[in-house]
Amino acid sequence: MKRILTLIVAGLLFGCAHNDPAEDRTGPEADRLELISHYKEMLPDTKFEDYRYGALALNPDAKAQYDEIMDFPPYAIDLDKGQKMWETAFKNGKTFASCFPNSGNNVAGNYPMFDNKANRVVTFENAINNCLKANGEAELKYADKEIGLLTAYARSLSDGMKVNVKVEGAAALAAYEKGKAYYATRNGQLNFSCKSCHVQNAGKFIRMDQLSMMVGQASHWPEFRGGTKITTLQGRFKQCEKNVRAKPKDANSEEYNNLEYYITYMSNGLPMQTPVFRK
Amino acid sequence: MANSMKMRAKMDGDVVDVKVLIQHPMHTGMIKDKKTDKLIPAHFINMVTATLNGKTVVEAQWGGGIAKNPFLGFRIKGGKSGDKIAVNAVDNLGTTYDGEVVVA
Amino acid sequence: MNHLRRAFLKNAGAVGTVAIAIAAGLLKPIEVFASTWNNLAFTSKDSTDSINNAGFGNASESSDIKIKAPDIAENGAVVPISATSSIPGTTSIAIFVEKNPNPLIATFDLMDGTEPYISTRVKMAKTSIVRVSVKAGGKNYTNTREVKVTIGGCGG
Repeated sequence: MKRILTLIVAGLLFGCAHNDPAEDRTGPEADRLELISHYKEMLPDTKFEDYRYGALALNPDAKAQYDEIMDFPPYAIDLDKGQKMWETAFKNGKTFASCFPNSGNNVAGNYPMFDNKANRVVTFENAINNCLKANGEAELKYADKEIGLLTAYARSLSDGMKVNVKVEGAAALAAYEKGKAYYATRNGQLNFSCKSCHVQNAGKFIRMDQLSMMVGQASHWPEFRGGTKITTLQGRFKQCEKNVRAKPKDANSEEYNNLEYYITYMSNGLPMQTPVFRK
Repeated sequence: MANSMKMRAKMDGDVVDVKVLIQHPMHTGMIKDKKTDKLIPAHFINMVTATLNGKTVVEAQWGGGIAKNPFLGFRIKGGKSGDKIAVNAVDNLGTTYDGEVVVA
Repeated sequence: MNHLRRAFLKNAGAVGTVAIAIAAGLLKPIEVFASTWNNLAFTSKDSTDSINNAGFGNASESSDIKIKAPDIAENGAVVPISATSSIPGTTSIAIFVEKNPNPLIATFDLMDGTEPYISTRVKMAKTSIVRVSVKAGGKNYTNTREVKVTIGGCGG
């Protein structure tokens, strides 16, 4: 079994080189496979499918608490409020479901996407606000509480869907590369980059917190931290930047949207689950 | 209060397994509000009663040490599908919370 | 609670008065029950005091009380604790977190037919002994388990 897996991985990494153009040896897919290879070496006992649990996959005691809490999470009634937001009709009678294919089921995994016409990354949250705008309603603030509660429910309609972000075309690739560069850039008084912790030191501890690997991180946002505090992915970017004593960017800034594009691509292939409990 | 409680009750062999979640801040009264630097007054559920078809099965007294949006799990022997589980809770300010569910 | 109801309860000496009132729909059982919240036990700061005031003092150690709790709490604000007693005749379960400012967390009276099992989530201020005590057959029994609470880091 192990030998077959080794051959399959080798095939994934090198098989493409036989027939495909040179682009496949660099670029998003190559980056993603290289990262997975890196984590497989760093954390050999952890299955790829479990990367979506992050540090929980490395700690049975923590995972057991997660499982117990997730069985009936403290945010269960908050989520009902998010459902109500999703299902409540706009003044014109339409609902959010009308803005998405399949009534919003199994769509969140396609975000972020690159909109060539608008020449920018479009996150799921952007799509929600675009929907509101198109229907004559006021947009929601990108602060955790406002858009977070709605997307906590809206994204749950895509539970189980594999993250499936696409980077196609030169403009999309440029945005991806900007996100990738931001990820690797040292920042703040502590002079850490996202990469310093989540790639180079995944599985290690910063004081009492174990660092999650970056592959899998983007598949489960928003989160309810401590079970009750709604936190969006970009809200978490802000928290992390503050932790390294950097000045955070705004949610829905170009930097964070490009960063989310890059980070989410790296979680391609992993099943989504929204929302979740984290400490 | 409606919509402040979610309940699940299902048979596990011949035991009714009940899970309850209540939406409540469960303020201990010991924490300061960071913005005002004043103590957030104690506000927590302190009494909970659970009944099976109207007959009391659990009577609980809680303090502020129970976590926010409190969870309670208990099990009753001899219940069956179709039985009604009701939970009533009251907090230190006198607000009551009610919920009921039919055993699956 | 309505102040008239509170006054009524304070003055309703005979058990019969209250029972009649409940039967007549004038008082909900939870409101009667609410007048008996063990303020002394819940506000005790010393763990021995809280145990005694809650009525679970002079307890014998018993490994027949199983406590399911994490080794290290992910977040001290929401620590899942389950307790199961296999001591025959268990009628009450109490949970204490000894290092909390007020150690008594909760007491659960279990009527006939209710399994001696409780599951809940508690707040822990810091690393502490979690104590579960039970009343069974007129006696008190107890068991403990340490749960570590760690703070410090970045959230991972």
